[in-house]
Amino acid sequence: MIEVKNIEKSFGDSKVLKGVSTVFETGKTNLIIGQSGSGKTVLLKTLLGIHKPESGTIEFDGRVYSSLDADEKRELRTEIGMVFQGSALFDSMTVEENVAFPLRMFTNNNKALIKERVDFVLERVNLVEAHKKLPSEISGGMQKRVAIARAIVNNPKYLFCDEPNSGLDPNTSTLIDNLIQEITKEYNITTVINTHDMNSVMEIGENIVFLKKGLKAWQGTKEEIFTTENEAVVKFVYSSNLFKKVREAYLKG
Amino acid sequence: MLIRYLSQVGKYFLMLKEIFNKQTKWSVMKRLIFKEIDDLIIDSLGIVCFISFFIGGVVAIQTALNLTNPLIPKYLIGFATRQSVILEFAPTFISVIMAGKMGSYITSSIGTMRVTEQIDALEVMGVNSLNYLVFPKIVALLMYPFVIGISMFLGIFGGWMACAYGGFSTGADFISGAQMDFIPFHITYAFIKTLIFAMLLATIPSFHGYYMKGGALEVGKASTVSFVWTSVCIILLNYILTQLLLG
Repeated sequence: MIEVKNIEKSFGDSKVLKGVSTVFETGKTNLIIGQSGSGKTVLLKTLLGIHKPESGTIEFDGRVYSSLDADEKRELRTEIGMVFQGSALFDSMTVEENVAFPLRMFTNNNKALIKERVDFVLERVNLVEAHKKLPSEISGGMQKRVAIARAIVNNPKYLFCDEPNSGLDPNTSTLIDNLIQEITKEYNITTVINTHDMNSVMEIGENIVFLKKGLKAWQGTKEEIFTTENEAVVKFVYSSNLFKKVREAYLKG
Repeated sequence: MLIRYLSQVGKYFLMLKEIFNKQTKWSVMKRLIFKEIDDLIIDSLGIVCFISFFIGGVVAIQTALNLTNPLIPKYLIGFATRQSVILEFAPTFISVIMAGKMGSYITSSIGTMRVTEQIDALEVMGVNSLNYLVFPKIVALLMYPFVIGISMFLGIFGGWMACAYGGFSTGADFISGAQMDFIPFHITYAFIKTLIFAMLLATIPSFHGYYMKGGALEVGKASTVSFVWTSVCIILLNYILTQLLLG
């Protein structure tokens, strides 16, 4: 579980996070949604320790990040898997080497054990044919799957995904969403996904945090998002006719 | 403006400190070092050999053409070529050329990693990205004096070829001049400079790539800025080191 308490973060004069407090639960797909500029990515990067908040605390299963020493922070980071928006695969490495990277860096496993684990996770994300290919030789959807494989290869306790569906076709998006949800359940991970893809919200949103102008404006489940009267959420989620109709259909039963 | 430059200098020295913090596992680092030796040292040999040979030849021809007084012995062409190549051409001007070749490669490769969030990915995993990216380059560039040694040899050899086959003096005269009044400390001086320039070549372009902000266009801009600053630092340090070591 990740507990965020009263996080504030500014860049120059602009205050991006204005006291956000929330809980991201273990074994659930936690989604952060909101318009562009609402502070989603900043919140995610603050959780990851890339940005340092001005005030507030972040607790990873009771461990307050800001009070950890350098070694403890490093230890915690090895428990984190991250899927970046652009996949962030290492260009000069093959798919196999990208996935093996965290194992080579943080474990003393021999080559055979690393290979076994890499084969296992690549099979888990349905990528068995791309071991020796470079990231530039595979499609965007495959790159995302490699990024997921790299994020889970070291058995993380926390999985963060920054817009995992951006630039993907609807079929691949659904595949990626389902894969993340399955992995979350299978390994009992605390998964936090930053998205503005409403399909993902409807598909896998078990705990949804809605940000508006740096503040948490609403929190609930995908079922509650159909019934909420929160004006900001309704305006954001049901801006398209398709989702309006989906909502109407849901409310009619 | 001045404060901005000073803060950049401070940031550069903090980066240097961070590079040596929390070392990457040796088994991983070993592979990175060999890769950097290949990319930075081996890949530069061709252009260094080409430039050194022909510039050595040009230095010899220019010296010969300017020795119009018949009282000045022809072996001075070899002497002047040796001194120019060993003292300045090989260590300093090859380094300025390498600031363009290696420097732009380093800045653009690290800058692209910044733009595509690969550096963030390293940091999130708990890797000291500065150590992972820059330390292997520093170690690889410890081999840079070998490149400069080859440049010295080929520069003088190019001068000998130009003289002997261009009819400016005999090969024997050139060699006799090249061996005349040889001061071994000049080689030491050249290699001290080379090692310091190697450190600049590895770290200044890395600094510009690592801390760049923006997209693809900014990667190009960062490469240009890094070339300018690396060259400026090499030329300035060349002056200071010459004054300190030979003055």
